[in-house]
Amino acid sequence: MKYMLLIYGDEATWTEQEREDCMLESMAICDELEAQGKWIASSPLHPVSSATSLRVREGRREITDGPFAETTEQLGGYYIIDVEDLDEALAIAERLPPAKKGTVEIRPLFPLPQRDQVGQPEQ
Amino acid sequence: MPTHFHTRIDEIYRQESGKVLATLIRVLGDIDLAEEAMQAAFVAAITAWESKGIPANPAAWLISTGRFKAIDSIRKRARQNELEPELQRRIDELQAANLSFAERDIKDDHLRLIFACCHPAIDPKVQVPLTLREVCGLSTEDIASAFLVPTATMAQRIVRGKAKIRAAKIPFVIPDTAALPERLDAVLSVIYLVFNEGYSASSGDTALRAELSQEAIRLARLLYDLLPDAEVKGLLALMLLHESRRAARTDSQDDIILLEEQDRSLWNRDMIREGLQLVEQSIGSREFGAYTIQAALSAVHAEALSSEETDWAQIVALYDVLRQIEPSPVVDLNRAVAIAMRDGVLVGLEIVDALLSEGELENYHLAHSVRGELLRRSGRFAEAKGSFEKALSLTKQEPERRFLQRRIASLVSE
Repeated sequence: MKYMLLIYGDEATWTEQEREDCMLESMAICDELEAQGKWIASSPLHPVSSATSLRVREGRREITDGPFAETTEQLGGYYIIDVEDLDEALAIAERLPPAKKGTVEIRPLFPLPQRDQVGQPEQ
Repeated sequence: MPTHFHTRIDEIYRQESGKVLATLIRVLGDIDLAEEAMQAAFVAAITAWESKGIPANPAAWLISTGRFKAIDSIRKRARQNELEPELQRRIDELQAANLSFAERDIKDDHLRLIFACCHPAIDPKVQVPLTLREVCGLSTEDIASAFLVPTATMAQRIVRGKAKIRAAKIPFVIPDTAALPERLDAVLSVIYLVFNEGYSASSGDTALRAELSQEAIRLARLLYDLLPDAEVKGLLALMLLHESRRAARTDSQDDIILLEEQDRSLWNRDMIREGLQLVEQSIGSREFGAYTIQAALSAVHAEALSSEETDWAQIVALYDVLRQIEPSPVVDLNRAVAIAMRDGVLVGLEIVDALLSEGELENYHLAHSVRGELLRRSGRFAEAKGSFEKALSLTKQEPERRFLQRRIASLVSE
């Protein structure tokens, strides 16, 4: 079962040192998950000041500076993991350093039929 | 002959459907599929058993038939939608699944289901009805009327809970030792909520309320059977001791009768005996918590043959312990009442006034009701009336309102 862990927190409350410690600790957790075959992808994000939002309305694209919504806590990074069930995903989320300062939202990925199995003849 | 046969089937349904469903849910990992499979298994049982007789272990028969029915139903879906190789994998898994019919495993399946329904990832508003529906087998209509909510709303909550379990893959497992205390707390609080909904005089019809409380006690017994933890004992004892007074706590008009005015000969002695035993065991284990202390408080009342014989010093001491485990202004208020009973109304009144001046209890109707009662007992009738009126303005519960109105009326005539 694949889950996305979305890391939310107040960007303004992190010191440089905290950010660096968090990065190192998170990378170590990723290495461990990868060795167990449970890591798929993860990355920190640049601050929301770098965000650009786009929507297409009546065939025209509208581009605005900034995130989808202005909130006190911002999306600061994500992980995609492949684990047994929600309890295992929660146990991993609990270990992530930002869980102590912000919020980790856990979302199951909706499984799509695999590309190579959709209407393609076997080779 | 068919009448007798059908009565037996009804009996088996009542006794076994909970177990059968819990095991099918564990095996199938999907509540809706399991419910559907169980219904299909019972339909099949009626035909099969009528000609061949009822098997020695009906639950085992129903579980394995249910699994076949589920595999059939997945196959049908696979045929309609060939894009899902996932389904074939599931069928293979199910065919290989280990169906254990040992009594212990079936009970564990029940417990797994309780833990899943009370998972903290499920909205607390949904945990209670989901548990009543899936673990206790109550109908959605009954749950809705017990909580005074339209059936459609309740049905939606239950659907939402099942969807969350499926989509987020909440596992049907008994939590490991590290997670158990936290998860057990969640289960105990769901059970206690079910009990209180059935015990409070606030809502729903009398028979349904009694059924809810009985279900809560049944759940606690089930939990106790599997996890004889001190707080499980404490909660079971607390509910038994409260429940023992059900017949005495309201009159024929459903009006409240205060503890000290209750006819103690109406108290259920068997429940009291069992409750007292459990409290003793739990206190003896030294791992007890707030439920055990509350049960011990209830036990002091249960042991007093009349309200005059109540050991108020013991009650104050227990509230002192409870305040340390679970500090709250409501506990302080109850402690103040016990002190009033031990040391005199004026001493209690002083504490109640101090608590009220802190502000947190300002909108809590019982705080004003307690103050009114203490004032009444010290002869300050005008002030007492004011406090009862304040309490009346804060409560919407009909029996409480009638109780307060009677108190106010009695003060006017004095």
